[in-house]
Amino acid sequence: MSHRRSALRHASIVAHREEVPLLNASEVTVAYNGALALNDISFKVENGERIAVVGPNGAGKSTLFKVIDGVLSPTSGKVQVAGHAPGGHICIAYLPQRSEVDWRFPVTVADVVMMGRYGQLGFFARPGREDRDRVRQALAMVGMDALARRQIAALSGGQQQRMFIARALAQEAELILMDEPLAGLDMPAQEQIMAILDQLREQRVTVMVATHDLNSAAEHFDRLMLLKARMIGIGRPWEVLTSEHLSEAYGGHLRLVETEEGLFVLQDTCCGGGH
Amino acid sequence: MLALLEWVLAPLRYPFMVRGLLAAVMVGVVCATVGSYMVLRGMAFLGDALAHAILPGVALGYLVSGGARDPVFWWAMGTGVLTALGIGAVGRGAQVKEDTAIGIIFSGMFALGIAIISTMRSYAVDLAHFLFGNVLGVSRGDLWLTAAFGGLVLLTVFALYKEFLVLSFDPVLAATLRIPAEFLRYLLLVLIALTIVVSLQTVGVALMVAMLITPAATAYLLTQRLATMMLLAAGLGALSGIAGLYLSYYVSVASGAAIVLVATAIFLLTLFVAPGRGLISSWIHLNR
Repeated sequence: MSHRRSALRHASIVAHREEVPLLNASEVTVAYNGALALNDISFKVENGERIAVVGPNGAGKSTLFKVIDGVLSPTSGKVQVAGHAPGGHICIAYLPQRSEVDWRFPVTVADVVMMGRYGQLGFFARPGREDRDRVRQALAMVGMDALARRQIAALSGGQQQRMFIARALAQEAELILMDEPLAGLDMPAQEQIMAILDQLREQRVTVMVATHDLNSAAEHFDRLMLLKARMIGIGRPWEVLTSEHLSEAYGGHLRLVETEEGLFVLQDTCCGGGH
Repeated sequence: MLALLEWVLAPLRYPFMVRGLLAAVMVGVVCATVGSYMVLRGMAFLGDALAHAILPGVALGYLVSGGARDPVFWWAMGTGVLTALGIGAVGRGAQVKEDTAIGIIFSGMFALGIAIISTMRSYAVDLAHFLFGNVLGVSRGDLWLTAAFGGLVLLTVFALYKEFLVLSFDPVLAATLRIPAEFLRYLLLVLIALTIVVSLQTVGVALMVAMLITPAATAYLLTQRLATMMLLAAGLGALSGIAGLYLSYYVSVASGAAIVLVATAIFLLTLFVAPGRGLISSWIHLNR
């Protein structure tokens, strides 16, 4: 990362320690109004890994991301990013769910991607040539260069998602947290996103994805983390997606099917509802 | 041609009209620029409430100073800034929802203002001047104050453009980048308060919110980037001010009302014919 310009930079730049894991969470607990959103979560993530965070609604996936990017402080336990507390890292990028964004806001694709540079710029400074170059490169990498001047409401769902990935790239993020990036996208758009994730892996960018889709999680990710406020399982897909773990997390509405192509998780719809 | 020129120049023979036009242009520009953030962040109700809540401060200033202009301005300024800061705390951990709390407190303060003014008949104060403004009564000193504080507001908006942009568009990114969100939120409220105070004499309390949000909303329909939206909004605000004063001069309607009516007419026209976001264009899009 190049660190330059204003002493008034918004985020202090934290020197990374190479010998420690990129992300190290130990005994993280978050309580909201007495209820535990996260209960004693510990795990480590190495540089360049791609991890899916799965679990039912309200399992604490979004809360975990907020703790990792430092927006929320855990009630107890601690998170370290490259050996330091999350505060002050502009190398962490959080990609919002598409439903959280005001798509009619008067900004173009390039404007949004440029926001990734703001952490480097600091108060009062205006984006310069280097920032514009970074934005252009980031857009090119996700195949959005032709759409740079478009207002964001004119984008498809997949393009919206790729724009936010470009913003994370412009931010020079080393850890990207994505909240349901594939939700509501058609298959070609999902495949485009996965292809970009492959490119990110080549660049040793670490990616954590919260998703509902257990099958795509099992197929495309190095490791899975199955949450239900507490850690039910973490490891290779076949280690985590056991019948035992699934019934613990989802209460018996999911079944595991082993086929020649691998594991498949089926939703048990005939008798699942209403009980 | 000569007749048109005469039509344009005739009002300018009166110094009070020239001062009124200058004030209306400055107020139009500052209101619309700050108002752009209010439109994008859904702060219209809050702006209206803030404008009304300043009334008791203005009235007290009037009462204390016996009607002198400058003290009234500073009283309004003090009340405005205090109210803006107070607003930040309203609704946090309260027993009712935030907009209910704001509604109660600010209509209460407005009532207090009217009550104070109603006791001052001896000063021959016209309540209408507070409510609807009196742009033709703007003095040279008022113009300087408007220019100074309006300039300060514009400078702040310009200097913190990207901070306010990211905070309005993506608060989580702002938090990740360690942009001081709470400070900027209070600062924006104070900027709105300052804008309201410098605009008080031009449009008054009751019509204030229109100056803040109508030109900005029109520009929102026509533009795709925040900076262009602000520039266009400022232009439309100034245009509404000028056109409104001419309307007021030739048709003899109250000046504040005339300015707001022009701004509203431009908005309605745009709503129907705007390319991309207007109703007609949406209808064509749907039926294609």
